[in-house]
Amino acid sequence: MTSVSPATQKSAADTGVLVAVDDLKVHFPIRRGLILDRTVGYVYAVDGVDLDIRRGETYGLVGESGCGKSTLGRAMLRLVEPTGGRVVFDGVDLSATHGEALRRMRRRMQMVFQDPLSSLDPRQSVESILVEGLRAHGLDRGREATGRRLRELLSAVGLPSTALRKYPHEFSGGQRQRIGIARALTVDPDLVVADEPVSALDVSVQAQVINLLADLQQEFGLTYLVIAHDLAVVRHISDRVGVMYLGGIVEEAGSDELYVQPLHPYTRALLSAVPVPDPVLEDRRERILLTGDLPSPAAPPAGCRFHTRCPWRQPKRCDTERPRLREVAPGHRVACHWAEDIRDGRISPHEVRPELVEEESALVPDTALTGPASVTEVLGP
Amino acid sequence: MALLDVSDLSVVFQRRGEPPFTAVDGVSFSVEPGQTVGLVGESGCGKSVTSLAIMGLLPRRGAVVTGSVRFEGAELLSLSARQMRDRRGRDLGMVFQDPLSSLNPVIAIGLQVTEVLERHRGMPRRQAMVEAADLLDKVGIPDPRRRLDEYPHQLSGGMRQRALIAMALACRPRLLIADEPTTALDVTIQAQILALLAELVRDTGTALIMITHDLGVVAGLCDEVNVLYGGRVVERARRHELFRRPRHPYTHGLLASIPRLDAPRGERLVPIRGSVADNIPWDHGCAFAPRCPNALGTCVEVTPQMDEEDGRLLRCHNPVQENQEVPA
Ligand SMILES: Nc1ncnc2c1ncn2[C@@H]1O[C@H](COP(=O)(O)OP(=O)(O)OP(=O)(O)O)[C@@H](O)[C@H]1O
Ligand SMILES: Nc1ncnc2c1ncn2[C@@H]1O[C@H](COP(=O)(O)OP(=O)(O)OP(=O)(O)O)[C@@H](O)[C@H]1O
Ligand code: SF4
Ligand SMILES: [Mg+2]
Ligand SMILES: [Mg+2]
Repeated sequence: MTSVSPATQKSAADTGVLVAVDDLKVHFPIRRGLILDRTVGYVYAVDGVDLDIRRGETYGLVGESGCGKSTLGRAMLRLVEPTGGRVVFDGVDLSATHGEALRRMRRRMQMVFQDPLSSLDPRQSVESILVEGLRAHGLDRGREATGRRLRELLSAVGLPSTALRKYPHEFSGGQRQRIGIARALTVDPDLVVADEPVSALDVSVQAQVINLLADLQQEFGLTYLVIAHDLAVVRHISDRVGVMYLGGIVEEAGSDELYVQPLHPYTRALLSAVPVPDPVLEDRRERILLTGDLPSPAAPPAGCRFHTRCPWRQPKRCDTERPRLREVAPGHRVACHWAEDIRDGRISPHEVRPELVEEESALVPDTALTGPASVTEVLGP
Repeated sequence: MALLDVSDLSVVFQRRGEPPFTAVDGVSFSVEPGQTVGLVGESGCGKSVTSLAIMGLLPRRGAVVTGSVRFEGAELLSLSARQMRDRRGRDLGMVFQDPLSSLNPVIAIGLQVTEVLERHRGMPRRQAMVEAADLLDKVGIPDPRRRLDEYPHQLSGGMRQRALIAMALACRPRLLIADEPTTALDVTIQAQILALLAELVRDTGTALIMITHDLGVVAGLCDEVNVLYGGRVVERARRHELFRRPRHPYTHGLLASIPRLDAPRGERLVPIRGSVADNIPWDHGCAFAPRCPNALGTCVEVTPQMDEEDGRLLRCHNPVQENQEVPA
């Protein structure tokens, strides 16, 4: 197969950081009032995230619903405007980039979404979906060249060229996700942000798409940010993993290191909660059952955001001082005051009394609810 | 005698202007008291329709249910709608994936639970209130007395699911059917709910039918597992045997395609090729044949029958052999 953009085209010596995220914040205002539209609070969706994504690697972002993964991904591409902090892409500060320059940078960063059907226009044929991206970036170089390129792309994602004339609804979920991936690749990006790329797919089909992502990375020298709530999937595809909780990264480590030596109490609980398809292991496993619910990102707890559910919480400091994300071992960062003490067994887990979390409708934003949390949504229009 | 005996259960949907569609195709299994039985399979394989048929919750029009569902020997399929409703209040409880759709949004949680207690256990209001708070407490809802006055939308997803389980438990069912009870929940909350269900089975002796697409959930919870494909059971075994040695190419393929949390990074997955769209009808052969790496010529000509072999049931012409590589 002729490759669309041989990895060799990109400088072989490029091993540095492709994306540097520095104290990134996205706070969504919560507005109330019909006449006077006033802001009554904020959803602290992303609240001070530092991370680097290296060229050619896969960085995995994992965490539970509403912790801010998608918002972080979108803010990195400036699809939502950050409230604070910086994103530096290949040496260029995106927050200081506008207009045409920003548009040119955007070509180099593409997104793949969870639900392929809702992200593909049902009235457009696959061909027109793919050509659209090329046109938008002025990469449509005549019928023949474009036709050749589209066929190459389809074959790269494992679809026959007859797919060009079909419409999204004529494909299965897995095939649609292939189309979504092909669309992202049309403009020859450096970075692909894949937000829950397999979570809408059947188990047997997930593996096809996971393998495809790995193959394409090899072939085109791509850098990935993979966002998913499934820790097993994230560990499988990522070189490094960042674990998010309530708008912040609580732990970051190499994929294997994270499994072998999780240090943040939340990571430990998360790892212990993921079911493994192996009864022998399941019977033996010790679960760290968290009590209580996730606090609202509109009212994050003071101090360590995890302290309300943390079995290792220590008096005072955990409740008042927000732990920084700091390097505890080479390449292993943890945001916990007691990471070393937990690692060396100097403190042990204790019981946690569940704290009540109100689904306070007054604090839920009007738009983009991730779960049914308002009366209107429950009752329907 | 088994608590529940499902035998040759089929459900055919008939919509005007469309050819009839067989969603469940001769499913048989049984559940002993106190046992947890799993139904696993991918989207559309007939898990929910099977459970709705058992519960008598399919629309009477447009769905043709045949076969037999016996509860302690008594046939449920021939009961009237009214008798069935009574049964559901007494012996059978159900928990769904989406608790919001099964809780009444405009009635406080407490009242919803007490109503069940009054109606099905004939408790006076006062006693029912006390019992309701007790139930909420038992399923791990903090501050249950206060929660009684709250509405479903005021609870988080995990708490709603607990409230629904409390409601199902209110009538002390001898069989609880849980249809993807944790699929909509975060994994740390899922762990809480699964622990709760396991505890209930242990402490009350309630039998449980666990419906899920997650083989991990099954591995930790079920005594016996039925793997469904295209509306039929293709393999049934006890949990340790099934995972130690999956014999049906579909079961085997599923296990090889799941990234395991404990597997070292980067180990390549072995996907099942194609998708369910490639299935052939069961009466032409094996529905899985077009996707099956073990398929033989007979697989597209002769429908495989259920065979028994060392305590497991298997529907396959060419099962996975011992020496065929099993994913670690
Ligand atoms: N446009 C928006 N306006 C207001 N609030 C928003 C907006 N987008 C997201 N939020 C809120 O920000 C928080 C983080 O949302 P986000 O979608 O980033 O979470 P997530 O980690 O991707 O969750 P999921 O796993 O459910 O996709 C949530 O509380 C969400 O309700
Ligand atoms: N009321 C209905 N009318 C017509 N077809 C139906 C109806 N309900 C379900 N089906 C079809 O029956 C098949 C089995 O559906 P079922 O809901 O049992 O699947 P499932 O195994 O529970 O899948 P999932 O994992 O997605 O919940 C599907 O093809 C579905 O489209
Ligand atoms: S019967 Fe044939 S096609 Fe079906 S699973 Fe077995 S080997 Fe594969
Ligand atoms: Mg998201
Ligand atoms: Mg279902």
